[in-house]
Amino acid sequence: MTQKDPKNQLKDEQILSLAPQLLELLQGVQQVELENFAMDIGELELFIPTGHFTAVRDAVTNLQTPKRPVELIPDHFIPHIMQYPGKIREVTLGATKSSGGSRGRTLTIGGSTAPAYADFLHPAGHPPVIALDVFDMPVSLPKVLKEHVKDVIADPAEWARMNVKKFGADIVTIHLMSTDPLIHNTSPAQAAKTVEEILQAVDVPLIIGGCGDPKKDADVFCEVAKMAEGERLLLNSVTLDMAEAKTLESVAIAARDHGHLVLAFTGLELNNAKELNRRLYDYIPPERIVMDLTTVALGYGLEYSFSIHERARYAALMGDGELAHPVISASTNAWAAREAWMQMAPEYGPRELRGPIWETLNAITLLLSGIDLFMMMHPAAVLTVRDVIHRLGESGQVPSIRIRDWVNVRV
Amino acid sequence: MNELGSQQENKRKKNIREISPIDVYKLLPKTNCCACRESNCMAFATRVVNGELTIVDCPPLLTDEYRDMLGELTALLTPPVRVVTFGEGEYSIAIGGKYVLHRHEFTYHNPSPIAIDVHDLMPEDELLERVRQIERFSYNYIGRALAPDAIAIRSTSHDPAVFRQTVKKIAGISKYPLILCSFDPAVMEAGLSEIPSRHPLMYAATSENWRSMADLSLKYNAPLTVFAPDDLSLLRTLTKTLIESGVLDLVLDPGTFTENKLSSTISNFSLIRTEACRYNDKLFGFPLLGVPFAVWAGEEISEDVLKWREAITASMLLSRYADLLIMHSIDGWVLLPQLIWRFNLYTDPRKPVSVDGGVKILGNPDRASPVLVTTNYALTYFTVESDIKAANLNCYLVIIDTGGLSVESAVAGRILTAESIATALTEYKVKSFVDHTTLIIPGLAARISGETEEATGWHILVGPKDSSGISKYLHDRWPPEA
Repeated sequence: MTQKDPKNQLKDEQILSLAPQLLELLQGVQQVELENFAMDIGELELFIPTGHFTAVRDAVTNLQTPKRPVELIPDHFIPHIMQYPGKIREVTLGATKSSGGSRGRTLTIGGSTAPAYADFLHPAGHPPVIALDVFDMPVSLPKVLKEHVKDVIADPAEWARMNVKKFGADIVTIHLMSTDPLIHNTSPAQAAKTVEEILQAVDVPLIIGGCGDPKKDADVFCEVAKMAEGERLLLNSVTLDMAEAKTLESVAIAARDHGHLVLAFTGLELNNAKELNRRLYDYIPPERIVMDLTTVALGYGLEYSFSIHERARYAALMGDGELAHPVISASTNAWAAREAWMQMAPEYGPRELRGPIWETLNAITLLLSGIDLFMMMHPAAVLTVRDVIHRLGESGQVPSIRIRDWVNVRV
Repeated sequence: MNELGSQQENKRKKNIREISPIDVYKLLPKTNCCACRESNCMAFATRVVNGELTIVDCPPLLTDEYRDMLGELTALLTPPVRVVTFGEGEYSIAIGGKYVLHRHEFTYHNPSPIAIDVHDLMPEDELLERVRQIERFSYNYIGRALAPDAIAIRSTSHDPAVFRQTVKKIAGISKYPLILCSFDPAVMEAGLSEIPSRHPLMYAATSENWRSMADLSLKYNAPLTVFAPDDLSLLRTLTKTLIESGVLDLVLDPGTFTENKLSSTISNFSLIRTEACRYNDKLFGFPLLGVPFAVWAGEEISEDVLKWREAITASMLLSRYADLLIMHSIDGWVLLPQLIWRFNLYTDPRKPVSVDGGVKILGNPDRASPVLVTTNYALTYFTVESDIKAANLNCYLVIIDTGGLSVESAVAGRILTAESIATALTEYKVKSFVDHTTLIIPGLAARISGETEEATGWHILVGPKDSSGISKYLHDRWPPEA
């Protein structure tokens, strides 16, 4: 029972090695020294002496009525295999030199043929990936988030580099927040220059975030699309507001003609999501559309996001092609919950832990509903979500024996 | 497919979404007696099908005359996941009772209780303090107290006398529902016999001890957990055998593996619930127990990392069908997100959580007091209300009916608009409350301030983005300069 599969042992060690990193990232928390040793089964008092059972069984057999089974009645589990007619489209972000861009690698998301992690009977789609945020101007951030980015907050290119090198971002999102007419009203040309700097600073695929103004975003996206010809940038986002402002067409065409992708954003309403996609199909191939159905913070309506994603994924797998696009979640939105950033009474724990666990759980909850790409900020949340994605993706043949005896653990 | 066939039985039973009000109506007295306070039997049937009322809300059905119909209705409306209760009297908890796989298909019932563990080798003062901590933990969330619900007592001594003493101590100071945890029937009986009326949940029957545990379950009328770690065929075998033994109140634990088997844990829970809800499988039609505690039986690493993992495991299991959880951490940062997520997950997805629109008078405002605006999303409203109350402010709060959307969503969705604010001011006669015409709108609605000034004729001030800032805002800015 104590023998271990050597392969599995290696995995254990890999997982263990995450722990010190995680602690380091949870700054401001009193750290407990790590005891990095593998315990042998024999060291724990786990097993009930087998003699016990026979004695007790004899003591209670007189309660039995003759009718009751004395042996186990065997049964077998054969799962029903549900066949889904639909499949989530595959969308590739970023382009390498050979495919017309300058990225070091590309990332493909989507491809699911069944609900996320529901069983092992269907081939998995591409594993979800993580984008880290960068802002093109100093922004007000919760203290716990600011801690990790304060040195680079005024330098988007340096910030992007740190996200990739230090925190392992698969993708970088540059939020062109300063373009907002109500903030600095930065020009499209200036915004394109910022994007160019980021393209030079890192070689991962990029997401380009606008300011939310349907006219200004269209101007900025068109300019950026032209400048970054062929890079397969994901333009975040196109909306029904743009359709109303009559700017949707120009963005979709710019994305199509200059080799980029669009993120179709709608607010927790599947009919709107379908309508926006239908409008986009007139201009751009479906394989270039990713959906953002809206991520709400835990405690502020996450359940709406959770259910809308479950509904969308199920409908898509059942054959609704208008919803068969990969989906993105801005887990950073978790920080909108006051429970994430506020100082609270001591019984609710330090915000240095509450904040990152809030972002982590926001992401992991939606991971189960089928998210293909997360936009995140806190490094501990990023590390954890990546670890969970990895562990959910492996079949893990060797059960951990100790867990069977959790009742006997002395903690 | 399955030679034993048990997985295919009962497929003909209608799913809750397939049951029409007519199906229910046919089995009602059809006298339109209105004893249920509905306008007629059809209205009652509709509300039953929507899950808003239950058949026992029809008094005549409970009489002898309609006994057969009650039986048929019960069979029609029985959820594919059995309801199991444990605990005594007003402290008893129902678990399970799920009708659907996804909450959006209907709604989830019986929010998963969170039990916190103690064990029988804890020093007495530590044990008592832990129970006090469990009972004390509470968080006020949109006007409701969220708290853990039960206590799991584990035997690490394997000594019946020691376990009995611990159970006695805890039962003496707490009325919370109890879960008794031991694989040793002698230890289990020592605990059960100490609290014959408390109806605890037993943990657990295994392939080794099932006969004795079945006997104890029947003798003490206590529901029984079945533990078959990562072996769904064994789980079915045990469940089938226990049902044959007459034990019908079962809870299933397919094992919570948090490390390299996390994927199987999620998949096992999903497969079990899918078979129950989609295929009406009887052997899997029981509540599921998730044990985030299991992280403490894994790698020996830093406590904070284990708590972190326990939080993640608990949250995933809540989302993936666990009807009951046993946890170890009582740190606020671990429990708080679970309690909030559980509350959210079990709200009715068919309607937003909302309060009525209107003017709420907070404190003792006079004719010069500030007038603030918020939306009728329950969370938004109660958060604003509790911040205003906590700061002892006197003001009027105008609640705009946004169909239960938060300020941010309502502005984005064009429901909180200059026009809707203007309409509310008129409809609720806000002018009659004060002698001024200054209105404070939420910071997150800043972008509609100009239009609102035009549409209402009121002077608009943009308040803080988070209502925690209202107190300081009013202190600095109220009354406004002329």
